[in-house]
Amino acid sequence: MAKSKSRMSQEVNAGSMADIAFLLLIFFLVTTTIASDKGILNILPPKLDPNVPPPDIKKNERNIFNVLINANDDLLVEGEYRRSAEGLDKEFKDFILNFGAPDEEAAALFNTLPASLQGQALRRPESSDHPKEAVISIKTNRGTSYEVFLEVFDLAKKAYFDIYAERVGLTADEYRALTGDDEASKALQDKGKEGIPMAISIAEPDKIGGN
Amino acid sequence: MAKFKKKTKTQESIPTSALPDIIFMLLFFFMVTTVLREQDILVEQKIPQATQLQKLQKKTLISYLYIGKPKNTGLYGSEPRVQANDALVTPTEIVQWVNQERDKLPEADRGLITISMKVDKDVKMGPISDVQTELRNADARRVLYASTGKIYQD
Repeated sequence: MAKSKSRMSQEVNAGSMADIAFLLLIFFLVTTTIASDKGILNILPPKLDPNVPPPDIKKNERNIFNVLINANDDLLVEGEYRRSAEGLDKEFKDFILNFGAPDEEAAALFNTLPASLQGQALRRPESSDHPKEAVISIKTNRGTSYEVFLEVFDLAKKAYFDIYAERVGLTADEYRALTGDDEASKALQDKGKEGIPMAISIAEPDKIGGN
Repeated sequence: MAKFKKKTKTQESIPTSALPDIIFMLLFFFMVTTVLREQDILVEQKIPQATQLQKLQKKTLISYLYIGKPKNTGLYGSEPRVQANDALVTPTEIVQWVNQERDKLPEADRGLITISMKVDKDVKMGPISDVQTELRNADARRVLYASTGKIYQD
């Protein structure tokens, strides 16, 4: 009787498996874009009701830190001309923590701050009264480039986050990474923010120098 | 003198039989994290850099607006345009788009809709403020200025 010559080997040759997997791996490596949903969060003001006149807000000039950016991307910081936004975060911080004329509530707030932040209170009469009053105002032209605007906005956020983080004893990066999902991180978040609202006002750009 | 020569009969080849498994594991990781882009971006996108980045927890709440100079300048001109989903829209259509996006969300989350604005570096503030005005009209006031990380010098 004829017998088939050789028994086929029972195993599948798996030596090239790694190569196949590599090929697929490289395909996915190349096509992957790990979606990045990172950015700077901003809450826009509500729409104005045309029937209701805009509220007339009386604020002392010293409580507003004005930053103007014109169509040439030059800056006017508190009436002073600048070429770049460098160092602005420090000035924002000094402005917020000035405590020039704190009322009772603000004085109580001041006492809760850690010593490192208390030391930054310069108490200059021409700067902000206390953090609750302090507003950073950023005004642009229609021709201002987005990049410069974002840089200034970023620095303003940095000033606030630095303060919040220092209050709870974290680094700014750690503070921003707090999710607020669980009790502990929510409590930390609230403790940082308490009494110091993030007041960054973005004025409607005026029509000069754009389209 | 003490003898230091030991019998060294260790195997010199690394066993590679587990290599496919490792590669497969990597493969699965990338397969799972991959999001195949379902829409073409019609505008230029050079995302600016910033330091104070925040990450949003719920990705489902985010809708994207792309703003930049059209890639196909012959067809769409060279002025910055806004792209929502897979088409270029005019600012006046944004309210409608926001409402459509909001309807896709479960009712409890509708107030939390966040618009991620992916804006090209070279865009001026004019078009952006037009878009923001429309977003205010649509009452979608949470805006995320998408940006990539930057190391800041202290």
